[in-house]
Formats: sequence, C-alpha cells, structure tokens
Amino acid sequence: MGESKESGAEERPKWDNKVQYMLTSIGFAVGLGNVWRFPYLCQIYGGGAFIIPYLIALAFEGLPLLYLELAIGQRLRMSSVGVWRSISPLLGGVGISSMIVSFLVSLYYNTIVAWVLWYFFHSFQEPLPWSQCPLNENKTGYNIECEKSTAVNYFWYRETLNITPDVAISGSLQWWNVVCLVSAWSVVYICFIKGIDSIGKAVYFTATFPYLVLTIFLIRALTLPGATDGLVYLFTPDWEILKNPKVWLDAATQIFFSLSIAFGGLIAFSSYNPEKNNCERDALVVGITNSATSIYGSIPIFAILGFKAKTAFNNCLEDNILTLTNYFNIADQNMTLENYDQWFDHFNTTYPGEVSALSLRDCDLKNFLDQSASGTGLAFIVFTEAVLEMPGSQVWAILFFIMLFTLGLSSMFGNIEGILTPMRELKLVPKWVPHEVLTGAVCLVSVLIGLIFTLGSGNYWVEIFNSYVGSIPFLVIAFFEIVGVIYIHGMKRFSEDIEFMTGRKPNIYWKACWMVISPIMLLVVFVSYVVIQAQTYPTYPAWNPDYESFPETEMKPYPDWVFAIIVILIVAPLVSIPLVAVYNLIRRGLKKSSDKGSLNPYKNEAFEIETHEVKQRD
Amino acid sequence: MFYKIVLFLCLPSVLAEQLCKPNAPDGLKVRLSIKTALDSEAYEWNRNEKFLFQATIAFAMSQYTGQEFKVSNILVCDETPRVSFWFVVTSPANLSQLMSKGVVELAVRKFRNRINNAFLLSDETLEFVGVLPTLASPVEPATPPWLIVFGVMMSLVSAGIVFVLVSTVVQNKRKRKQKGDDQDDDEETRVKTVENGCDGVYNTSFSEDEPNTRM
Repeated sequence: MGESKESGAEERPKWDNKVQYMLTSIGFAVGLGNVWRFPYLCQIYGGGAFIIPYLIALAFEGLPLLYLELAIGQRLRMSSVGVWRSISPLLGGVGISSMIVSFLVSLYYNTIVAWVLWYFFHSFQEPLPWSQCPLNENKTGYNIECEKSTAVNYFWYRETLNITPDVAISGSLQWWNVVCLVSAWSVVYICFIKGIDSIGKAVYFTATFPYLVLTIFLIRALTLPGATDGLVYLFTPDWEILKNPKVWLDAATQIFFSLSIAFGGLIAFSSYNPEKNNCERDALVVGITNSATSIYGSIPIFAILGFKAKTAFNNCLEDNILTLTNYFNIADQNMTLENYDQWFDHFNTTYPGEVSALSLRDCDLKNFLDQSASGTGLAFIVFTEAVLEMPGSQVWAILFFIMLFTLGLSSMFGNIEGILTPMRELKLVPKWVPHEVLTGAVCLVSVLIGLIFTLGSGNYWVEIFNSYVGSIPFLVIAFFEIVGVIYIHGMKRFSEDIEFMTGRKPNIYWKACWMVISPIMLLVVFVSYVVIQAQTYPTYPAWNPDYESFPETEMKPYPDWVFAIIVILIVAPLVSIPLVAVYNLIRRGLKKSSDKGSLNPYKNEAFEIETHEVKQRD
Repeated sequence: MFYKIVLFLCLPSVLAEQLCKPNAPDGLKVRLSIKTALDSEAYEWNRNEKFLFQATIAFAMSQYTGQEFKVSNILVCDETPRVSFWFVVTSPANLSQLMSKGVVELAVRKFRNRINNAFLLSDETLEFVGVLPTLASPVEPATPPWLIVFGVMMSLVSAGIVFVLVSTVVQNKRKRKQKGDDQDDDEETRVKTVENGCDGVYNTSFSEDEPNTRM
C-alpha cells in the first residue's frame, strides 16, 4: 500500500489488522523504563506501597491523556502537526514541538539501544568479558582501575564507554560505539523502510518477545537461592512512605513518561485506524498493559536482585570463614555457612580481642538488598553481575539483551513515527521524495548527530538529554494538548467526535479528568519538577579513576556552557508553541482586514475550490 | 663416648627444629584446603602426604637450581589441623644453612602447576602464603567474537535493506510502464476503475463535478 496513487487521491496508510495497531502502541508505550525505572522506584519508595500512587496516577492522569491522544488522532486522521493545526492554527506549534522533541529523544534513545547491542554481541563470548579483569601492562597483576572497582564496572565504564573523567573533556570518537550506533540505526531503518507496513510486521516480534523473556526469567529467577528474600524485602510495603510528596510526584512523572504521551507517535498510529474504532477500549488496553508490564517485569528483576544480594552476602560470609579458619587453624570446612554463627560466637567469646583485630567484613543481607540501581546502571552493571553467578550465563545474558533490544526498538518506532509523519504534513519535503529515501535521510542525520554520544563523554550527554530533554518539554506539550482539545476544540465537539467513533459519549469520569483533574495534575507535576530541579545546581556523577574515594563516582557540577546547552535543549522545542501562535495571530489580524472568514478548523480546501468554480460558472 | 654419640645424633633434629619454626625468615607457610577443593573425594592429610609434599618441593628446587635436593632437605614444622605448616629448605651442601626464601619462592612459582597437580589442588586451595600465583592471561582469540556476531547481523540487515529498496524500484518501474499503457484508455473507464478499486476516502465533490464539467 503506497502513500500516493496515480489516481491523485492521497491515500492514508492503514493497519493490516487491529492486532498490529495494538501491538505497535503497546510496544511504543512499553519500553526500557518499564524494566529499569519502575522496579527502582518501587525499591526506593517503600516496595509494594508505591503501586498505590502509581495506579492512582494511571487512573487520573495517564489513561485520560492516552485516550485523548488516541481519540483526536483517530478522528482528525492526521499526525501531531496536522491535528493541532486543525484544532486551531494557533496551536500548530504544539505539533512542531512534538516533532522536535521526538527527534531529540530518538537521538539518545538509540544510543542506549546501541549499547545494548554491544553487550549483546559480547554475550557470545566464553567466558563473559565482564567476568574478569584484564591484566596490566607488565602482567604482574590486574589492571588497577579494574582492581579498585569491579570487573563489571570496568567493562562498562572503560571498555564500553571509555568514559572521560569530566563532561568538558570530550575525548575522541570510540569506533566500536560508532559501529554499534550505525547497526542500531540500520535496524531501525530496515524496520521502518515501508512505513507502517514493515513496522506492523516487525512488532509481532518486538512487542511480544520481551514478555516471553520476562516469563522465562521469572521462572528461572524464582528457582534461584535468595529470590524469595529479594521479593519479600522489595515488595513489602512501607506505608509511611506515602506521606512523602516526592513519591506522588515521581509516580505521576513515571506514568506520564512511561506511556510515551506527547511524542506525537500515538496520535500518528491511531490516525491510521478506521474511523469507527473503539479508541476508548484501546486506550484502556494500552494503559493497563503498560502498567501491568511494569509490575510483572519487576518480579523477575527483584528476584534476581535478591539472588545477587544473597550471593554477595554468602561471599561475604565465606570471606570471613576463610579468615577465621586461617587464623585459628581449624580444619578446613569445619566452619560453614550453616554453622557460621555458632563458631563465630565461640571465637568471639573465647578470643574477643583477636577477633576484632581481624577486621572481619560486616555482612548484612539487608545492606546488600538496599543497593539499588536504575537505568543503565541496573542493566549493564547490576544485572550483568547477577548473570555471572547464574549457571549458563551466556544464555541468560543473550536473552536479557535481546529483550532490552526489542523493548528499545519498539519504542523507537513510535519516536520515528513522531518525526516522519509531521515532516510530511509540514511539507518540509517535496512529495516526490519516496518514503524510503526520507526515512533513510532521517536515520543518516540521526547517526551523524548521534556521534556526539559516541565520544568519551557520551554517557554524560545521554544523561543530560535523558534528564532534561526527556522530561520537561513533554509536560508542557501535554498540558497544551489537553487544554487545546478540551477548551479550544471544545468538550462538546470532542464528545460528539467520540460518539461518532465509538458509538457513545464519554462518561462523567473521563469528562471530569479531562476538564479538571488531569490538567491540574500536569500543572502540579510540572511546577514541582521545575522547583525541585531549580533548588540545587545540577550535578552529575563522573567516573574519575583519580578521585580519592574511587570507585565512588564524583559529583561534579555542570560547567556553564553545558548548563546553557541544557536550557537551549529545553526551550528550543517549546519555543515553537508561542512562535506559531503569535505568527498566526498576526496573520489572522492581517487577514481579518481583507477577508471576513474566521479560522474554521474544518476548512477543507476542496470545498473552497468548488465554491469558487461554482461562482465562476454562474 | 656414648653420650657424645647420642648428642651428635640428636644434633641434626635439634638443629632442624631450630631451623624450621613459624615465621622463620627463610620459611614459607603453606595452607591446604583439601575439603574445599575435593569435597567428597578429599583425602586425609597424613605422614605420607607430607612426604609427597617434601618430594615435590625437592623436585622443584632440584629442577630450578640444578643442585640435588633430597627429601631430607625439606624441613616441615608447625602442622595444624587446618592443614597448614611451615617449611624451610636446607642447602644440600651444608645442612645447617637454609636456601634463601627468594630462591624457594621462584622455584615454587616455576613449578607451581606440577606441585598443584600432585595434590589435585589449585592455586587457591594449595596456598603458599606470600607467593602470588602467576596470573593466566585471558585468552584472546584472533578475531574478537563480537565482531563476528556484529558482522553476521549487519550483513543480514544490509542485505534486507538492499533487497527491499531494489524490489521497490523494480515495482515502481513496472507500475510506471503499466500506467503508460493505461493512459490511452477512455477517461470514463479510468474513473470507473478508480471507483471500483479505490480503498481510500472517496471525495464525492469530484464525482459530482464530472457531469457538470462535461460539455
């Protein structure tokens, strides 16, 4: 199904079937964050108790916004730029913002996918490369940086990133990262080459495979020792935490970013639906599936974290056992993990002075369980370490990284869709440029700009993009989206649109959310987010081998020029909203003096031509 | 006379005891963790095992220095239930002189593998305190394996891209050729085929215009 036929009528691409649409939308919403951000939040915010603010945020903020995007896209049958321009030309900038922000996000998101590919390629090695430290130059010992930190840390920071100690020190292009970045974009290109025809087929795999892997990991993880310790400790709710407002803020933020709202991709995907499609049910399915995936995914993650903590705890005890055995010269294996406590008490009571002089390690399972990590730290450091202890490490590593790859890839589809379709609608590219060439050009430009992230300081830039670009602009865009639809397009007209599509008007719950609850929640989240960010001068954790307390990361403040770039990155996408509004106001002002017609959102140029011709003929 | 003989005979053992003692400057401490290494197949440490140990050290010293060492040159003392003990090596030329610790260490290091194997143990379970095991350099294959996997994946992806692009170009060429044939047909029949084969949104304004524009 081509984009343009010789007959002259521009045909909109269509989904082959409903399943493709649902899988693509779910794949877009379910991404890396479901696996490595949600479990972390659960862990630091009182375990099972976090699910309460999370579900409340889903019900009152996530689902209404999701339904709104899907409905407006399906009704107006255009992507983000077209939709907002249709509602009111003053809102045209919202679509452009979505496009710019989608582009910026896809730049760094695919870099993370490239890192996942790097680890995936290395998972075929026996033994896994992050299991041992390399030797130093004269082969007398292990590499110092590796000795001081761990082999896993060394592999991530040195062999993968080759990270510089400071964001200002750019270092050089790391060729292996460039190679992985090119691979990642090539895969995105081949999946996107025929538009939704090719994506629709790709998502059968990319959207479903993560669930398969999560289930396999769940079964495997539950049989590991220490898994139940992890699950019990991490899921046990700490109700006190609900009194902390930061928990609610993080829950609202998490649900918002998790659903990939305000990217424009969801609007575009639903615009390819048939007109009379029950988008209310779609929104509920996508939203609830996304949250369910987060919760389902955290079970194997916690089980494996529990296993890792238990293994570390056992190793700690074994170290102590060895020390005590060697010092007191008791027979080998007389002291084991089981009878450790009795032996230890015996020694402590008979030789207390000597025991304290031995400086035994303090082994507390709770401490090991408390070690939390999110984001790239969870995937590339904590999890890779856990995988080393599991029998058959290669298999688990390969499965895990393919899962991360498919999660990232299906989210990239939505990002790219949020760039390409608006570009077409903005008429930035002449119509004769085929889809394949445009997609290729966008991928190529993204690779070239993405080379920034392959520099030595690349990881710091990814963090900058992730924290600032991937957060504040979306809140603003979503706020304008909801205000635009409910107040400018009109609640009444929107209800009629929905009635046309689904057969019944939205009920009081949706109306209350759209008109009052969600905008207020968005405002509160936005303001709190800005306030919290503004309270402290932004710092970042730098990996500096020369730091005194290495292997701890050194917290450094961002230099001024980086700070300026951050501000530009936040403001640049959003500036189009007021710019376009002002531009259209001026144009409307000029037009009003010459033409009485007001800006009718349903103005279709065909009718204009027809009436003009009819006028001529009469 | 008798007493002198007894004293003379006792002297070596007394000397030996004095030469080998815990924390002797030229002594090495050894620790064996047999149960950890062998679990159910662990053997008992007894006099004969000690003899084997003395023999292996004598072997190592002989091979390394070129001098001939006998089992009696290796003195073992301070045995504990841990299975740990100290040992010193006396010079074959002069029984009251010890070989320096450095030489012993180098000899042990060189033949560590042979010594380990004699006891079915490894560097960690047969520990010579103070002698670091020579680190095995990690095996580096000629082509890094990750490049191989990468190469496979990229060739598949590139082949796919080329295939899709080429097939699209071929398809477009074919379509254009077909359209060149169709353009000779009657205008009305073309509209009819569009009407019947069209899946998109049908814009009624054009079809209503048709009867009007026909003169």
